[in-house]
Amino acid sequence: MKKILLGNEAIVKAALASGVSFVSGYPGCPSAEIGDEFGKIAVNTGVYAEWSTNEKTALEAAIGASFSGLKSLVNMKSFGINVCSDSLLPLAYTGTKAPMVIVVADDPSGWSSAQSEQNSRAYAYLGHIPMLEPADPQECYDFTKLAFELSEKFNIPVILRTTTRVNHQKMPVEFTQDEGSGLRKIGTFSKNPHQFCTMPPRVLEMKAELLEKTEKIVAFAEKSSANKVFGSLASAKFGIITNGVAHLHTLEALDEMGLKVPVLKLGFFYPLAEKKIEKFITGLKKVLIVEELDGYLEKEVRAIAKDANPKLEIFGKNVLPEIGELNTEKIAGALSKALKVKIKDYFKIKNLKIELPRRTARLCEGCPYWHVFPVLKRIAPEGTIFGGDIGCNMIANLPPHSMDDYMFSMGAGLGISHGVKKSTNQKVISMMGDGTFFHSGIPALVNAVYNKSNPLVVILDNRITAMTGHQPNPGMGKTLMGEDTEELKIEEIAKACGVKNVKVLDPINMQDLENTVKEFLEKGEVSVIVCKRICALLAKRQSK
Amino acid sequence: MDKTFNIILTGVGGQGIITLLQIIDEAAFIGGYEVRSSELHGLSQRGGSVEAHIRFGKKVFSPMVSNGKADLIIALEVLEGLRESVKAGKQTKLLINEYFLPLIGSLTKEEIVKQLEQPKDSPKKDFCFVPASETCKNKLQNEIVCTLFLLGYAVGNKLVPLKKEFVLRAVKNVIPQKYLDLNINAFELGHG
Repeated sequence: MKKILLGNEAIVKAALASGVSFVSGYPGCPSAEIGDEFGKIAVNTGVYAEWSTNEKTALEAAIGASFSGLKSLVNMKSFGINVCSDSLLPLAYTGTKAPMVIVVADDPSGWSSAQSEQNSRAYAYLGHIPMLEPADPQECYDFTKLAFELSEKFNIPVILRTTTRVNHQKMPVEFTQDEGSGLRKIGTFSKNPHQFCTMPPRVLEMKAELLEKTEKIVAFAEKSSANKVFGSLASAKFGIITNGVAHLHTLEALDEMGLKVPVLKLGFFYPLAEKKIEKFITGLKKVLIVEELDGYLEKEVRAIAKDANPKLEIFGKNVLPEIGELNTEKIAGALSKALKVKIKDYFKIKNLKIELPRRTARLCEGCPYWHVFPVLKRIAPEGTIFGGDIGCNMIANLPPHSMDDYMFSMGAGLGISHGVKKSTNQKVISMMGDGTFFHSGIPALVNAVYNKSNPLVVILDNRITAMTGHQPNPGMGKTLMGEDTEELKIEEIAKACGVKNVKVLDPINMQDLENTVKEFLEKGEVSVIVCKRICALLAKRQSK
Repeated sequence: MDKTFNIILTGVGGQGIITLLQIIDEAAFIGGYEVRSSELHGLSQRGGSVEAHIRFGKKVFSPMVSNGKADLIIALEVLEGLRESVKAGKQTKLLINEYFLPLIGSLTKEEIVKQLEQPKDSPKKDFCFVPASETCKNKLQNEIVCTLFLLGYAVGNKLVPLKKEFVLRAVKNVIPQKYLDLNINAFELGHG
């Protein structure tokens, strides 16, 4: 059937059509709709789906499923792969038993709450892990299926690397509707420590096995239609190599400029179809490599061209930016430089520049954080350092609050606050949301207690992982599939971590918050205030 | 229709841009066109400026509308309409919801109109203000369906090459049963 789908929805459809039975992940933009969608359909289709506490536990859960014979899908945003990489690299060595596809969604230009413009393609090199890059929802569907096939054939995890403009693109997609069996599949774990335990000296054998496997996957990639030439190569002197969504902008620019140029679109980022590239560039005088962010492909093409076509003039990051996503205009500009042709006025609009106030993200109406930020700002002695963290509380960084003194990654606020506290005599208040506390705040808290630090930790517990679209977390007694579960209490965890001064309060009682902040700022040990009040949007939705 | 039709939707996170996009996508699909669109979720939805792109026609490659190439810009908020107007070309029509979401440093309607009319060395803007939110609030007791009002207005005034019957079918496919009448009423109000 054919229906308009979001890239993320197409990934879900393809995973179902491929027989996925175990889905884990951690919500983040732009990948969150994958897990959300599985949460809605899990019970009816018979798929098991969870939001894990972080990307590492998510990947590890899927490894367990794979070793037990279940097909799995792991979903995360770009930075998720950093969190799970500790287990990802050994997984490439052991290989999978049942197929596993890992979706990693990058965000060039930082449209979501990005802390770096990460190019996760580098992990393919680091782990020798096959990586496919779809350009649109149809390819999200086709490549997810291909990724499962590849994983099944070679017993290796496969990464589907997407970007915001792919995950959040819509188009009519041709797909097979798979409703699943409705029955939860039960696997069997067959013991195989030889394959599943990574220890030297066996680990070096495993590496050899992995490299051998990679050679076979190269042969597969060379034949795959995921690497495809658009247009005719015959007698062409100029060609373009593209991947991901930049391919679509390239075709648009060519169409707009009325140019007929052959385009090699690479669906496989790793392993690379080197022979296909060699064949493509051999007869050319010039080639333009259109890829977003770092010029990884360009480096590869330069290396291939050294033998295949040493006189080839190669354009890439010398005519295209390394920062920010690409678009039709930027590529048209690159084409005009590479081909020395003038672009029509069309792309050069002489337009008025308007100076307008920026409308940035802000706390929602009725958000409980409206009560916390001003109190902290008012009560804290002058010069107090504020540690910021990820989630809705990062809005503390924006006007009118403008509070955060540093902001890094999930849970990093407290990690850094501890270091500041140990290095100075200044007061430090570190803020963190409930989702982040469970994701990676706990080890930072243990570290601060263990090493006798004394920042004041303010946990903004709005009873849900709100920023990414209201996903359940361990603090609320519900799983992704809607089952009741243990409701983990942040204050009890804090006490168990050795925190002496713990207080739970409703931040709407600003006087209470004020008094507690004053009292705890004088303490010689770590203190934790849990500001517990439900997200205003969630409260509104629940009352409907 | 030979040429690809390009729409930019703009407004503030939470105003219903994604639903509007879904309906237009679906209507173009029903109309037999190729269609691609691009939207943003996440941080920008928390009350920030939001922009979404839709392109439909015989052949569509990129999901993004290039600078100066929009045929229609629908702005759900006045200041956001002005902000987006820098991406207008000669052919661009701006349909602006006469609705203000307050912001420090924001301009009055008069100042905004003055800026929009200012041709300088750029093409004079072809724009119109429609009191979509206000009308929906008064007549339907619901502001959020201003998106459907604006779509109705665009279809009724032939600002978008989509047949009314296709758009109505799209509304039925996209909007849950519970809110269907409200949405169709808003569309008809705008369509006139």
